[in-house]
Amino acid sequence: MVTLTINGKQVQVPDGSTILQACRLHGIELPTLCYDPDLRLAGSCRMCIVEVKGRPLFLAACVAPAENGMVVETESPDIVQARKVILELLLARHGGKCLTCEKNGNCKLQDYCYQYGVSDTRYADGGRHHYPIDDPNPFIERDYNKCIMCTRCVRACEGITMARAINVKNRGHNAKIATAFDGNLADSPCVFCGQCIMVCPVGALTSKVSAGLGRAYEVEKVLTTCTYCGTGCTLELNVKDNRVVGVTSNRSADWSPVNRGALCVKGRFGWDFINSPERLPTPLIKENGEFREASWDEALDLVASRLQKIKEESGPDSMAVFTSARITNEENYLAQKFARAVLGTNNVDHCARL
Amino acid sequence: MAEELRIVLRNADKIDASNINDYIKAGGYTALEKARRMEPRAVIEEVKKANLRGRGGAGFNAGLKWSFVPPAETKYVVCNLDEGEPGTYKDRTIVQKDPQTLLEGMAICAHAIGSRQGYIYCRGEYPYLVEHLNNAIAQAKAAGVLGDFDIEVRMGGGAYVCGEETALIESIEGHRGEPRFKPPFPGVAGLWAQPTVVNNVETFANLPEIINKGADWFASIGAASYPGTKVLTLTGDVVNRIAIEVPTNTTIRQVIYEFGGGIRNGRKFKAVQIGGTSGGFIPESLLDTPIDFDSMRNIGATLGTGAVFVMDDTRDIVDIVTRIAKFFEHESCGKCNPCREGTFRCYEIMKKINRGAATARDIDNITVLARVMQKAALCGLGQAAPGPIMTTLQHFRHEYERKLLS
Repeated sequence: MVTLTINGKQVQVPDGSTILQACRLHGIELPTLCYDPDLRLAGSCRMCIVEVKGRPLFLAACVAPAENGMVVETESPDIVQARKVILELLLARHGGKCLTCEKNGNCKLQDYCYQYGVSDTRYADGGRHHYPIDDPNPFIERDYNKCIMCTRCVRACEGITMARAINVKNRGHNAKIATAFDGNLADSPCVFCGQCIMVCPVGALTSKVSAGLGRAYEVEKVLTTCTYCGTGCTLELNVKDNRVVGVTSNRSADWSPVNRGALCVKGRFGWDFINSPERLPTPLIKENGEFREASWDEALDLVASRLQKIKEESGPDSMAVFTSARITNEENYLAQKFARAVLGTNNVDHCARL
Repeated sequence: MAEELRIVLRNADKIDASNINDYIKAGGYTALEKARRMEPRAVIEEVKKANLRGRGGAGFNAGLKWSFVPPAETKYVVCNLDEGEPGTYKDRTIVQKDPQTLLEGMAICAHAIGSRQGYIYCRGEYPYLVEHLNNAIAQAKAAGVLGDFDIEVRMGGGAYVCGEETALIESIEGHRGEPRFKPPFPGVAGLWAQPTVVNNVETFANLPEIINKGADWFASIGAASYPGTKVLTLTGDVVNRIAIEVPTNTTIRQVIYEFGGGIRNGRKFKAVQIGGTSGGFIPESLLDTPIDFDSMRNIGATLGTGAVFVMDDTRDIVDIVTRIAKFFEHESCGKCNPCREGTFRCYEIMKKINRGAATARDIDNITVLARVMQKAALCGLGQAAPGPIMTTLQHFRHEYERKLLS
């Protein structure tokens, strides 16, 4: 164990802890923008800086190891001033279009400006970027005018999805997230998983499919399992006024043990069929070449009687059951049980065997 | 009259730098032989005892740095020849005039830490050194003096930040030149995550003489806390714009007036900036300070790389600092917030002051920003970039105030 003093209180933390981990273990919160526990560390936003007695420089708590005997101050006047200056520097670069921003109310830059009372920036002599927002892909809105260069998207693309579609282009104030040759995502190795949206702390990366449908504080999040394949990823359906308006990640290992928040393009963006007017609300029965609406009871009775008839006329092995990876393991189990016990055939197959 | 003392430049202009036989005739590679007869641990102790401190700017005890290297299958010796500080040309001079002393120094380090692979990271603006170095390496290999230690030259792409050791390592690995956070330090996990010693050209070039003549000899030269010599490169409004090697207890005044020959065109001295573009500006009243690392730090200046940029009384300090701010705005890699946005805003505010559009409030703003950058930036670039602003506000504040709106 390591023993150190944080804000006047002596605490113990496991060996190998960072100062940030030590703080959070003992209920002391530090602001972070670039830090993400699932990503390679960057130590670059400098929001989690702390003062350590005897050290001439501030230490970034997310990457600084906690050491025995350290005396750490997390909210000293110098630290607070430095954080305010950093927030003002970011505000001067950020578009500040909170009124129409999808991330309003769910934005770390907003949260920290509120926490530290930063309402304006003293660095107002220009320097704002005017990048076009014109990537035509159907899923990911890229507004780099709001980007604060935390590089979480780059690290998520590299470390979670391993697509390496984006990286940093240019230097200094002109540094920008870009694909190779700064083109469209569709022309890059991007697979539109949207992990970049998941980790973006501001409104630079948002879902085009959810645009305008509701902000984080307006939706109810319903934890469920993705039905697109047998992996069984956990996701949150964002529901507003009894309509699904988006999908977000649940990154908790307890609630999302399979994917820990990572999704693919289908799970994250392929939900708009739920409220689609083209979706069938009732079973249809074809009579004389025309479909007519039917009740579930009528439709199931028809299927049952037809299966019974085929079984009697041609034997159970004239039938086969073909199941899908888009239903759950339990449903697949029931389907084979139905084939063997009810239909009486071993003709069972599954699309994932292909 | 002060005199030069040449340790790293001992062979300069005396031997044919492109011929290893000249170097060997002048006593070259005897130190490496001697070091190889010593236990690696003893070599590290000798260098530590000599108190050879890094000549690239940070001034860290080289032997101590080596002693941090843990046991590992693969270790690397990396020579920092990125020399990106404007006004600095000491490493280029050493390599041009005596490349073998660098190779010998690297091989001594390799023996001490147990490395079989070295890299020389050559500044992107020095393409003409690459052939010269490769020729020197080929001759050393042909002569068999390097043993199983191999050295490869890698070219930089012209980024100032790659002089920072971890950004340099990133660059050798083929990544974007951005610094890493520390710890882990390169000595523990550097190039390709292996233990790596990164030293400056001048640091390596000191090693053969330290091994041959002993730690006590070296430690007795110059200033006690930063012994030995320093290669200085004189630029600006000084008569002799030359590279010199002097003991570290030489004063700034001696450097400018005795070696530099004083101010050009009979003009008066106004300021000198030492250590490179991020170095502090020094006024007349502090010229009797010795150039060693600690004495310079005590006056709020730096020894840095040893660049000596002299300004006469016609120079506009605010204009010069504005140009320096532009340099840092251009060279910031963009990784951390304080440096990426801070260097940009420093340049904005300096331009405003320089064109006569600023008020005292702008001075306050830049002062606050500079302090945050110095303490909160990720690497030395952002931490040091505001140095010229802060030291000129300290020593030449009237030049700023003259340009403010009333």
